[in-house]
Amino acid sequence: MASGEVKVLGTWASQFAMRPRIALNIKSVDYEFIEEKNLLEEKSQLLLQSNPVHKKVPVLFHGDNKPICESLIILQYIDETWSSGPPILPSDPYDRATARFWAAYLDDKWYPAVKSLGIAEGDEAKKTAMAQVEEGVALMEEAFGNCSKGKGFFGGDEIGYLDIAFGSFLGWLRVVEKFNGAKLIDEAKTPGLADWAERLCSHAAVKDVMPDADKLAEFAMIVVAKIRGLGLAAHSL
Amino acid sequence: MDMGDEVKVFGSWGSPFSRRVELALLLKGVPYEYIEEDIFVFENKSPLLLQYNPVHKKVPVLLHNGKPIAESLVILEYIEETWKANPILPEDPYDKAMARFWAKFLDDKCLPAIRKAAFSPENEREEAAEEVRDCLKTLESALNGKRFFGGDAIGMVDIAANFVGFWLRIIQEVTGEELLSVEKLPELFKWTEEFVSCSVVKKCLPPKDKVLDVVKARVAPK
Repeated sequence: MASGEVKVLGTWASQFAMRPRIALNIKSVDYEFIEEKNLLEEKSQLLLQSNPVHKKVPVLFHGDNKPICESLIILQYIDETWSSGPPILPSDPYDRATARFWAAYLDDKWYPAVKSLGIAEGDEAKKTAMAQVEEGVALMEEAFGNCSKGKGFFGGDEIGYLDIAFGSFLGWLRVVEKFNGAKLIDEAKTPGLADWAERLCSHAAVKDVMPDADKLAEFAMIVVAKIRGLGLAAHSL
Repeated sequence: MDMGDEVKVFGSWGSPFSRRVELALLLKGVPYEYIEEDIFVFENKSPLLLQYNPVHKKVPVLLHNGKPIAESLVILEYIEETWKANPILPEDPYDKAMARFWAKFLDDKCLPAIRKAAFSPENEREEAAEEVRDCLKTLESALNGKRFFGGDAIGMVDIAANFVGFWLRIIQEVTGEELLSVEKLPELFKWTEEFVSCSVVKKCLPPKDKVLDVVKARVAPK
């Protein structure tokens, strides 16, 4: 059941690929990280074969099972498969629904706004995109207050599903702050998230998989330039 | 099941998303109160809906003993975990992951493609239609010879695919674009017939002529 080799196909920069790695770390499950070349280079045969539908990282390989795709789905699979380890989703169905709701919001609504901000040209476009990103962060600050119930993480005493879902964006969030001279998560505006971010990034399950901020910023510049140069839309990322 | 469970669904008669929630509750024999929301005119949305779903301001919302849950797929997972009769997800974690994958595929890829094929201006429709046919071909592979995506009985993927099972044919009729043909997608076509013939599904479909009117009003004329 929980036996068999575990591998994660991802990239060093991908926030989505970070997620299963954090989860496996929480469960103390050994895995091999197969690094896919970066997203703007040619996709490997392995990626195309294991995720023919979306052609994206991450992909989880476990024993003889066929590959599993989509990071949030992988998180749930990890939680259910290594069920004796520390839980990733909360135990109460309503809390689980809340965690799933916010993770879906982040991926479906908030992150596209972040991408738009990344490639926005001109003050008006940037202002509009920034407002959307800030609105999302404000919602997450409120959500943190509700979910953490006074504890250190969205998951309570320990890192959980929503900590992983949102936390995986922190590296890119810092890049966005740097490029726009803005503060999205800080002590004044989002005190709860500010403390949470520090706590999360130094957590044993997270710190080794969180990409280096400067490296990410450098990479971001290349990505943005390429996207603008190729006239690609943000959603192709 | 708790005695004194209060379950309410805020939905709209024409919304496949709110019908998903109703279908799951019907399947599991959970009694609920239904509250109709007018989603066609924003100003008509009830204060309660806006209070329970401030982030998206949309139907469906499930209210269970006063606690609101939004987003149909999130609601389906909640329903599955709360009421154990007639499970809509498999037990095995891998099979569960696959079901979740296909449900998400329906919302992330199939639905936007179908919307584009239905409501784009006429000159963009053929390309959009091709995209739909590709999506549906991929979706069909998930059936793998089974009667339903869920196996012998309908499950989460079947519920999520309700707009393919019912709304799609109406859209085809109005636009004249062939999206799900019995020749090219025989298995999926057969699934749509199985789906709409399910007694519990029949209880949960909007009247065809009303949906036809709505679609006709939205589709750009040829």
